[in-house]
Amino acid sequence: MQPTNRSSRILLPVKLWFVYLSLFVALGLEYIPTGRTPGLPDWVALVLAFWCVREPLRIGLGAGFAFGLLMDVGLGAAMGQHALAYVVLAHLANSLARRVLWFPAWQQALHVLPLLLFAQVLMVAVRLLAGAEFPGWSYFLSSFSSALLWTPLSLLLLLPQYQPVERDDNRPI
Amino acid sequence: MSLVGHQPPPIFKRGPAPLARLFVFVAVCLALLVADLRFRYLEVMRNALSVVTYPLQMAASTPADVVRNAARYFGTLIDVQLENAELRRHQLGAGERLLRFEHLEQENAHLRELLQMSQRVQTRSIAADILYNAPDPFARKVILDRGAQQGVEAGLAVVDAHGVIGQVTRVHPIQSEVTLLTDRNQSIPVSVVRNGVRGVLYGVGRGMLEMRHVLADVDIQPGDQLVTSGLDGVFVPGLPVATVTRVDRDADAFARIECEPLAAIERSVQVLVVGRAAYPPPPPPPATEEGR
Repeated sequence: MQPTNRSSRILLPVKLWFVYLSLFVALGLEYIPTGRTPGLPDWVALVLAFWCVREPLRIGLGAGFAFGLLMDVGLGAAMGQHALAYVVLAHLANSLARRVLWFPAWQQALHVLPLLLFAQVLMVAVRLLAGAEFPGWSYFLSSFSSALLWTPLSLLLLLPQYQPVERDDNRPI
Repeated sequence: MSLVGHQPPPIFKRGPAPLARLFVFVAVCLALLVADLRFRYLEVMRNALSVVTYPLQMAASTPADVVRNAARYFGTLIDVQLENAELRRHQLGAGERLLRFEHLEQENAHLRELLQMSQRVQTRSIAADILYNAPDPFARKVILDRGAQQGVEAGLAVVDAHGVIGQVTRVHPIQSEVTLLTDRNQSIPVSVVRNGVRGVLYGVGRGMLEMRHVLADVDIQPGDQLVTSGLDGVFVPGLPVATVTRVDRDADAFARIECEPLAAIERSVQVLVVGRAAYPPPPPPPATEEGR
Protein backbone atom coordinates (compact mmCIF):
# COMPACT_ATOMS: atom_id res chain seq x y z
CA MET A 1 0.00 0.00 0.00
CA GLN A 2 1.41 3.34 -1.00
CA PRO A 3 1.39 6.24 1.49
CA THR A 4 -0.88 9.11 0.55
CA ASN A 5 0.69 12.11 -1.04
CA ARG A 6 -0.71 14.48 1.54
CA SER A 7 1.42 17.42 0.58
CA SER A 8 -0.28 17.83 -2.79
CA ARG A 9 -3.99 18.21 -2.75
CA ILE A 10 -5.55 18.26 -6.18
CA LEU A 11 -4.61 21.56 -7.76
CA LEU A 12 -5.41 23.45 -10.92
CA PRO A 13 -2.72 23.13 -13.60
CA VAL A 14 -0.06 25.79 -13.27
CA LYS A 15 0.04 28.62 -15.75
CA LEU A 16 3.42 28.93 -17.42
CA TRP A 17 3.29 32.73 -17.44
CA PHE A 18 2.91 32.70 -13.66
CA VAL A 19 6.03 30.55 -13.32
CA TYR A 20 8.09 32.97 -15.37
CA LEU A 21 6.55 35.97 -13.65
CA SER A 22 7.55 34.58 -10.25
CA LEU A 23 11.07 33.93 -11.52
CA PHE A 24 11.37 37.50 -12.80
CA VAL A 25 10.03 38.88 -9.52
CA ALA A 26 12.69 36.82 -7.73
CA LEU A 27 15.29 38.27 -10.10
CA GLY A 28 14.07 41.76 -9.21
CA LEU A 29 14.36 40.99 -5.48
CA GLU A 30 17.90 39.80 -6.10
CA TYR A 31 18.80 43.07 -7.82
CA ILE A 32 17.87 45.19 -4.80
CA PRO A 33 21.21 46.70 -3.80
CA THR A 34 21.90 45.44 -0.29
CA GLY A 35 25.67 45.66 -0.35
CA ARG A 36 27.33 42.69 1.27
CA THR A 37 24.78 41.78 3.93
CA PRO A 38 25.30 38.07 4.63
CA GLY A 39 22.43 35.64 4.98
CA LEU A 40 20.05 37.17 2.46
CA PRO A 41 18.15 34.39 0.68
CA ASP A 42 18.95 33.54 -2.92
CA TRP A 43 15.45 34.19 -4.27
CA VAL A 44 16.06 32.97 -7.79
CA ALA A 45 17.61 29.68 -6.64
CA LEU A 46 14.71 29.13 -4.26
CA VAL A 47 11.94 29.86 -6.75
CA LEU A 48 13.75 27.89 -9.43
CA ALA A 49 14.12 24.88 -7.12
CA PHE A 50 10.45 25.17 -6.20
CA TRP A 51 9.23 25.04 -9.79
CA CYS A 52 11.74 22.33 -10.70
CA VAL A 53 10.25 20.20 -7.93
CA ARG A 54 6.64 21.09 -8.78
CA GLU A 55 6.83 21.00 -12.57
CA PRO A 56 9.77 18.77 -13.49
CA LEU A 57 8.46 18.28 -17.04
CA ARG A 58 8.22 21.97 -17.86
CA ILE A 59 10.81 23.83 -15.80
CA GLY A 60 14.33 22.51 -15.79
CA LEU A 61 17.82 23.05 -17.06
CA GLY A 62 16.89 25.62 -19.72
CA ALA A 63 15.24 27.97 -17.23
CA GLY A 64 18.13 27.46 -14.81
CA PHE A 65 20.64 28.40 -17.48
CA ALA A 66 18.73 31.46 -18.68
CA PHE A 67 18.08 32.90 -15.22
CA GLY A 68 21.61 32.04 -14.14
CA LEU A 69 22.96 34.17 -16.99
CA LEU A 70 20.63 37.03 -16.08
CA MET A 71 21.91 36.81 -12.49
CA ASP A 72 25.51 36.90 -13.69
CA VAL A 73 24.90 39.99 -15.78
CA GLY A 74 22.86 41.80 -13.14
CA LEU A 75 25.18 41.10 -10.23
CA GLY A 76 28.39 41.63 -12.19
CA ALA A 77 29.57 38.11 -11.37
CA ALA A 78 31.65 35.94 -13.68
CA MET A 79 29.68 34.98 -16.77
CA GLY A 80 28.40 31.41 -16.28
CA GLN A 81 28.93 31.26 -12.52
CA HIS A 82 25.27 31.35 -11.48
CA ALA A 83 24.29 29.60 -14.71
CA LEU A 84 26.43 26.58 -13.82
CA ALA A 85 25.14 26.44 -10.25
CA TYR A 86 21.50 26.82 -11.30
CA VAL A 87 21.76 24.21 -14.08
CA VAL A 88 23.06 21.66 -11.58
CA LEU A 89 20.47 22.78 -9.02
CA ALA A 90 17.66 22.41 -11.57
CA HIS A 91 18.83 18.95 -12.54
CA LEU A 92 19.02 17.73 -8.95
CA ALA A 93 15.67 19.29 -8.07
CA ASN A 94 14.08 17.71 -11.16
CA SER A 95 15.38 14.30 -10.23
CA LEU A 96 14.21 14.67 -6.63
CA ALA A 97 10.79 15.86 -7.72
CA ARG A 98 8.91 12.57 -7.42
CA ARG A 99 10.30 11.91 -3.97
CA VAL A 100 10.13 15.32 -2.32
CA LEU A 101 6.42 15.96 -2.79
CA TRP A 102 5.50 13.04 -0.52
CA PHE A 103 6.81 14.90 2.49
CA PRO A 104 5.29 17.78 4.46
CA ALA A 105 6.65 21.23 3.65
CA TRP A 106 9.33 21.52 6.33
CA GLN A 107 10.79 18.16 5.34
CA GLN A 108 10.74 19.31 1.72
CA ALA A 109 12.83 22.24 2.88
CA LEU A 110 15.30 19.79 4.42
CA HIS A 111 15.53 18.05 1.04
CA VAL A 112 16.17 21.31 -0.79
CA LEU A 113 18.75 22.71 1.63
CA PRO A 114 21.61 20.41 0.51
CA LEU A 115 20.84 21.25 -3.13
CA LEU A 116 21.07 24.99 -2.42
CA LEU A 117 24.28 24.47 -0.45
CA PHE A 118 25.77 22.42 -3.27
CA ALA A 119 24.95 25.19 -5.76
CA GLN A 120 26.76 27.68 -3.52
CA VAL A 121 29.75 25.38 -3.10
CA LEU A 122 29.97 25.15 -6.90
CA MET A 123 30.02 28.95 -7.20
CA VAL A 124 32.70 29.29 -4.52
CA ALA A 125 34.81 26.59 -6.19
CA VAL A 126 34.57 28.28 -9.58
CA ARG A 127 35.53 31.70 -8.24
CA LEU A 128 38.34 30.42 -6.02
CA LEU A 129 39.80 28.58 -9.03
CA ALA A 130 39.70 31.89 -10.89
CA GLY A 131 41.75 33.53 -8.12
CA ALA A 132 39.09 35.39 -6.16
CA GLU A 133 39.06 35.95 -2.41
CA PHE A 134 37.10 33.55 -0.14
CA PRO A 135 33.99 35.47 0.92
CA GLY A 136 33.85 33.96 4.43
CA TRP A 137 31.66 31.24 5.90
CA SER A 138 28.73 33.61 6.35
CA TYR A 139 28.29 33.35 2.58
CA PHE A 140 26.64 29.95 3.10
CA LEU A 141 24.03 31.41 5.49
CA SER A 142 22.06 32.38 2.42
CA SER A 143 21.12 28.73 1.75
CA PHE A 144 19.75 28.31 5.25
CA SER A 145 17.62 31.44 5.10
CA SER A 146 16.36 30.31 1.69
CA ALA A 147 15.39 26.91 3.09
CA LEU A 148 13.54 28.62 5.95
CA LEU A 149 11.46 30.46 3.37
CA TRP A 150 10.46 27.26 1.56
CA THR A 151 7.19 26.74 3.47
CA PRO A 152 5.75 30.26 3.17
CA LEU A 153 6.92 30.45 -0.41
CA SER A 154 5.20 27.21 -1.44
CA LEU A 155 1.94 28.51 0.02
CA LEU A 156 2.35 31.78 -1.83
CA LEU A 157 3.33 30.30 -5.18
CA LEU A 158 0.58 27.66 -5.11
CA LEU A 159 -2.11 30.19 -4.22
CA PRO A 160 -3.32 30.73 -7.80
CA GLN A 161 -3.75 26.97 -8.19
CA TYR A 162 -5.92 26.54 -5.11
CA GLN A 163 -8.84 28.46 -6.56
CA PRO A 164 -11.22 26.71 -8.97
CA VAL A 165 -11.88 28.55 -12.21
CA GLU A 166 -15.62 28.85 -11.64
CA ARG A 167 -17.23 28.46 -8.24
CA ASP A 168 -19.42 25.38 -7.90
CA ASP A 169 -20.70 24.51 -4.42
CA ASN A 170 -21.56 20.95 -5.41
CA ARG A 171 -18.05 20.11 -6.53
CA PRO A 172 -16.06 18.02 -4.04
CA ILE A 173 -12.70 19.85 -4.42
CA MET B 1 16.95 9.88 -14.21
CA SER B 2 15.02 9.88 -10.97
CA LEU B 3 16.43 8.96 -7.61
CA VAL B 4 13.57 6.57 -6.90
CA GLY B 5 14.78 4.55 -9.84
CA HIS B 6 11.82 4.77 -12.20
CA GLN B 7 12.68 5.67 -15.77
CA PRO B 8 9.78 7.38 -17.54
CA PRO B 9 8.19 4.97 -20.01
CA PRO B 10 9.25 5.68 -23.59
CA ILE B 11 5.73 6.55 -24.77
CA PHE B 12 6.22 10.03 -23.32
CA LYS B 13 8.36 12.24 -25.51
CA ARG B 14 10.97 13.93 -23.32
CA GLY B 15 13.78 14.81 -25.69
CA PRO B 16 17.36 13.85 -24.87
CA ALA B 17 18.06 12.10 -21.58
CA PRO B 18 18.25 14.51 -18.62
CA LEU B 19 21.81 13.52 -17.85
CA ALA B 20 22.91 14.22 -21.43
CA ARG B 21 21.24 17.61 -21.30
CA LEU B 22 22.92 18.34 -17.99
CA PHE B 23 26.32 17.61 -19.51
CA VAL B 24 25.61 19.86 -22.48
CA PHE B 25 24.55 22.76 -20.26
CA VAL B 26 27.46 22.29 -17.86
CA ALA B 27 29.88 22.24 -20.80
CA VAL B 28 28.37 25.49 -22.12
CA CYS B 29 28.65 27.10 -18.67
CA LEU B 30 32.28 26.05 -18.28
CA ALA B 31 33.06 27.42 -21.75
CA LEU B 32 31.42 30.73 -20.77
CA LEU B 33 33.38 30.85 -17.52
CA VAL B 34 36.71 30.27 -19.23
CA ALA B 35 35.91 32.77 -21.97
CA ASP B 36 34.94 35.40 -19.40
CA LEU B 37 37.45 34.91 -16.60
CA ARG B 38 40.47 33.99 -18.68
CA PHE B 39 40.03 35.90 -21.92
CA ARG B 40 37.37 38.61 -21.20
CA TYR B 41 35.58 37.82 -24.46
CA LEU B 42 32.05 38.21 -23.23
CA GLU B 43 31.61 41.96 -22.66
CA VAL B 44 29.47 42.15 -25.84
CA MET B 45 27.19 39.37 -24.59
CA ARG B 46 27.02 41.04 -21.17
CA ASN B 47 25.97 44.34 -22.74
CA ALA B 48 23.34 42.60 -24.86
CA LEU B 49 21.85 40.79 -21.87
CA SER B 50 21.93 43.92 -19.75
CA VAL B 51 19.19 45.28 -22.03
CA VAL B 52 16.93 42.77 -20.25
CA THR B 53 18.31 43.25 -16.76
CA TYR B 54 18.75 47.02 -16.76
CA PRO B 55 15.07 48.06 -16.36
CA LEU B 56 14.66 45.45 -13.65
CA GLN B 57 17.77 46.73 -11.88
CA MET B 58 16.58 50.32 -12.06
CA ALA B 59 13.22 49.29 -10.60
CA ALA B 60 14.90 47.27 -7.87
CA SER B 61 17.24 50.06 -6.82
CA THR B 62 14.34 52.50 -6.27
CA PRO B 63 13.64 51.39 -2.66
CA ALA B 64 17.33 51.78 -1.79
CA ASP B 65 17.33 55.26 -3.35
CA VAL B 66 14.28 56.23 -1.32
CA VAL B 67 15.90 55.04 1.90
CA ARG B 68 19.12 56.91 1.13
CA ASN B 69 17.34 60.13 0.22
CA ALA B 70 15.15 59.90 3.31
CA ALA B 71 18.21 59.42 5.50
CA ARG B 72 19.78 62.49 3.92
CA TYR B 73 16.56 64.47 4.31
CA PHE B 74 16.11 63.68 8.00
CA GLY B 75 19.78 64.19 8.92
CA THR B 76 19.74 66.64 11.80
CA LEU B 77 20.49 70.30 11.32
CA ILE B 78 23.28 70.21 13.89
CA ASP B 79 25.11 67.49 11.99
CA VAL B 80 24.89 69.53 8.83
CA GLN B 81 26.12 72.69 10.58
CA LEU B 82 29.07 70.89 12.12
CA GLU B 83 29.95 69.37 8.77
CA ASN B 84 29.61 72.75 7.13
CA ALA B 85 32.00 74.38 9.58
CA GLU B 86 34.46 71.53 9.08
CA LEU B 87 34.23 71.88 5.31
CA ARG B 88 34.79 75.65 5.50
CA ARG B 89 37.99 75.09 7.47
CA HIS B 90 39.13 72.52 4.94
CA GLN B 91 38.33 74.81 2.08
CA LEU B 92 40.39 77.67 3.51
CA GLY B 93 43.40 75.40 3.77
CA ALA B 94 42.81 73.90 0.36
CA GLY B 95 42.26 77.31 -1.25
CA GLU B 96 45.53 78.62 0.08
CA ARG B 97 47.37 75.56 -1.21
CA LEU B 98 45.58 75.85 -4.54
CA LEU B 99 46.83 79.42 -4.98
CA ARG B 100 50.39 78.25 -4.51
CA PHE B 101 49.73 75.25 -6.74
CA GLU B 102 48.52 77.39 -9.61
CA HIS B 103 51.55 79.58 -9.31
CA LEU B 104 53.83 76.53 -9.28
CA GLU B 105 52.03 74.97 -12.22
CA GLN B 106 52.58 78.09 -14.30
CA GLU B 107 56.17 78.20 -13.26
CA ASN B 108 56.57 74.51 -14.09
CA ALA B 109 55.00 74.93 -17.53
CA HIS B 110 57.29 77.89 -18.18
CA LEU B 111 60.42 75.99 -17.12
CA ARG B 112 59.42 72.98 -19.20
CA GLU B 113 58.97 75.29 -22.16
CA LEU B 114 62.43 76.71 -21.60
CA LEU B 115 63.90 73.20 -21.46
CA GLN B 116 61.79 72.15 -24.46
CA MET B 117 60.39 69.16 -22.57
CA SER B 118 56.97 67.77 -23.34
CA GLN B 119 54.15 69.14 -21.20
CA ARG B 120 52.94 67.28 -18.15
CA VAL B 121 49.92 65.07 -18.55
CA GLN B 122 46.68 67.05 -18.70
CA THR B 123 43.94 65.60 -16.50
CA ARG B 124 40.20 65.76 -16.34
CA SER B 125 38.04 64.71 -13.41
CA ILE B 126 34.42 63.87 -12.62
CA ALA B 127 33.01 64.04 -9.08
CA ALA B 128 30.95 61.00 -8.09
CA ASP B 129 29.31 59.34 -5.11
CA ILE B 130 29.73 55.69 -4.17
CA LEU B 131 26.23 54.21 -4.13
CA TYR B 132 26.85 50.77 -2.65
CA ASN B 133 29.09 47.73 -2.67
CA ALA B 134 28.72 45.59 -5.77
CA PRO B 135 26.63 42.50 -4.98
CA ASP B 136 29.27 40.00 -6.10
CA PRO B 137 30.71 38.73 -2.78
CA PHE B 138 33.88 37.38 -4.37
CA ALA B 139 35.29 40.71 -5.52
CA ARG B 140 35.85 44.05 -3.85
CA LYS B 141 33.93 46.39 -6.09
CA VAL B 142 31.71 49.42 -5.61
CA ILE B 143 29.11 51.12 -7.78
CA LEU B 144 29.40 54.83 -8.64
CA ASP B 145 26.49 57.11 -9.50
CA ARG B 146 28.18 58.40 -12.68
CA GLY B 147 28.31 56.49 -15.93
CA ALA B 148 28.99 56.71 -19.64
CA GLN B 149 26.55 59.62 -20.01
CA GLN B 150 28.72 61.73 -17.68
CA GLY B 151 31.90 60.75 -19.51
CA VAL B 152 33.19 57.95 -17.27
CA GLU B 153 35.29 55.42 -19.19
CA ALA B 154 36.68 52.05 -18.25
CA GLY B 155 40.26 52.33 -17.02
CA LEU B 156 40.04 55.70 -15.26
CA ALA B 157 41.47 56.02 -11.75
CA VAL B 158 39.15 56.73 -8.82
CA VAL B 159 40.56 58.79 -5.92
CA ASP B 160 39.24 60.10 -2.63
CA ALA B 161 40.68 62.98 -0.58
CA HIS B 162 43.79 60.99 0.40
CA GLY B 163 44.69 58.79 -2.56
CA VAL B 164 43.72 56.25 -5.17
CA ILE B 165 40.97 53.82 -4.19
CA GLY B 166 40.54 51.88 -7.43
CA GLN B 167 39.92 51.76 -11.13
CA VAL B 168 36.74 51.90 -13.22
CA THR B 169 36.35 48.43 -14.72
CA ARG B 170 32.88 48.45 -16.24
CA VAL B 171 30.69 51.33 -17.37
CA HIS B 172 26.91 51.35 -17.56
CA PRO B 173 24.86 54.27 -18.95
CA ILE B 174 24.34 56.07 -15.62
CA GLN B 175 26.41 53.96 -13.24
CA SER B 176 29.86 52.45 -13.27
CA GLU B 177 31.67 49.69 -11.43
CA VAL B 178 34.96 50.37 -9.66
CA THR B 179 37.36 47.58 -8.69
CA LEU B 180 39.05 48.59 -5.43
CA LEU B 181 42.83 48.31 -5.07
CA THR B 182 42.39 45.65 -2.38
CA ASP B 183 40.73 43.25 -4.84
CA ARG B 184 42.93 40.25 -5.56
CA ASN B 185 42.73 40.77 -9.32
CA GLN B 186 43.60 44.46 -9.26
CA SER B 187 47.05 45.94 -9.78
CA ILE B 188 48.46 49.43 -10.20
CA PRO B 189 51.93 50.53 -11.33
CA VAL B 190 53.61 52.73 -8.72
CA SER B 191 56.92 54.41 -7.98
CA VAL B 192 58.55 55.43 -4.71
CA VAL B 193 58.47 59.19 -4.15
CA ARG B 194 61.87 59.30 -2.44
CA ASN B 195 63.97 57.70 -5.19
CA GLY B 196 61.69 56.76 -8.10
CA VAL B 197 62.00 52.98 -7.73
CA ARG B 198 59.24 51.42 -9.83
CA GLY B 199 57.06 48.41 -9.11
CA VAL B 200 53.56 47.10 -9.36
CA LEU B 201 51.15 47.10 -6.43
CA TYR B 202 48.72 44.17 -6.08
CA GLY B 203 45.74 43.68 -3.83
CA VAL B 204 46.05 40.68 -1.53
CA GLY B 205 42.63 40.84 0.13
CA ARG B 206 42.09 41.73 3.81
CA GLY B 207 42.53 45.41 2.94
CA MET B 208 46.30 45.14 2.38
CA LEU B 209 48.49 45.69 -0.68
CA GLU B 210 51.75 44.13 -1.79
CA MET B 211 54.42 45.57 -4.08
CA ARG B 212 55.90 42.92 -6.33
CA HIS B 213 58.67 42.67 -8.92
CA VAL B 214 61.15 44.64 -6.81
CA LEU B 215 64.59 43.09 -6.36
CA ALA B 216 65.68 42.36 -2.79
CA ASP B 217 68.64 44.75 -2.79
CA VAL B 218 66.67 47.78 -3.99
CA ASP B 219 66.60 50.76 -1.62
CA ILE B 220 63.11 50.78 -0.17
CA GLN B 221 62.17 51.18 3.50
CA PRO B 222 59.09 51.21 5.69
CA GLY B 223 57.46 54.62 5.58
CA ASP B 224 58.19 55.27 1.91
CA GLN B 225 55.35 56.91 -0.01
CA LEU B 226 54.15 55.27 -3.23
CA VAL B 227 52.52 57.24 -6.05
CA THR B 228 51.18 56.13 -9.42
CA SER B 229 53.97 56.05 -11.98
CA GLY B 230 51.72 56.53 -15.01
CA LEU B 231 53.88 54.14 -17.02
CA ASP B 232 50.81 52.11 -17.97
CA GLY B 233 49.52 55.02 -20.04
CA VAL B 234 46.19 54.77 -18.23
CA PHE B 235 46.63 56.21 -14.74
CA VAL B 236 47.57 59.82 -14.19
CA PRO B 237 51.11 59.91 -12.74
CA GLY B 238 51.71 61.27 -9.25
CA LEU B 239 48.52 60.24 -7.47
CA PRO B 240 49.32 59.08 -3.92
CA VAL B 241 48.53 55.40 -3.40
CA ALA B 242 50.08 53.79 -0.33
CA THR B 243 52.81 53.74 2.31
CA VAL B 244 55.26 50.89 2.76
CA THR B 245 54.72 49.21 6.13
CA ARG B 246 57.06 46.21 6.09
CA VAL B 247 59.93 45.05 3.90
CA ASP B 248 61.06 41.43 4.03
CA ARG B 249 64.27 40.79 2.07
CA ASP B 250 64.96 37.21 3.19
CA ALA B 251 62.22 35.60 1.19
CA ASP B 252 63.57 35.34 -2.33
CA ALA B 253 65.35 37.14 -5.11
CA PHE B 254 62.49 39.60 -4.80
CA ALA B 255 61.62 41.56 -1.69
CA ARG B 256 58.24 41.07 -0.02
CA ILE B 257 56.92 44.57 0.46
CA GLU B 258 53.68 45.07 2.35
CA CYS B 259 51.90 48.37 1.95
CA GLU B 260 48.95 50.10 3.49
CA PRO B 261 46.64 52.18 1.29
CA LEU B 262 46.53 55.92 2.01
CA ALA B 263 42.93 56.32 0.94
CA ALA B 264 40.01 55.08 3.04
CA ILE B 265 39.42 52.42 0.40
CA GLU B 266 36.53 50.59 1.99
CA ARG B 267 34.97 53.64 3.66
CA SER B 268 35.08 56.67 1.38
CA VAL B 269 31.83 57.98 -0.06
CA GLN B 270 32.70 61.01 -2.21
CA VAL B 271 35.26 60.30 -4.90
CA LEU B 272 36.76 61.81 -8.04
CA VAL B 273 37.14 59.89 -11.28
CA VAL B 274 40.46 61.06 -12.73
CA GLY B 275 41.73 60.39 -16.22
CA ARG B 276 44.06 61.73 -18.84
CA ALA B 277 42.64 64.37 -21.14
CA ALA B 278 44.42 62.61 -24.03
CA TYR B 279 45.95 59.17 -24.20
CA PRO B 280 49.65 58.88 -25.04
CA PRO B 281 50.62 57.58 -28.49
CA PRO B 282 50.80 53.79 -28.70
CA PRO B 283 54.20 52.26 -27.91
CA PRO B 284 56.45 51.54 -30.90
CA PRO B 285 56.27 48.01 -32.34
CA PRO B 286 58.58 45.47 -30.67
CA ALA B 287 60.74 45.09 -33.81
CA THR B 288 62.41 48.44 -33.10
CA GLU B 289 63.19 47.36 -29.55
CA GLU B 290 65.07 44.30 -30.77
CA GLY B 291 67.30 46.51 -32.86
CA ARG B 292 68.79 48.13 -29.78
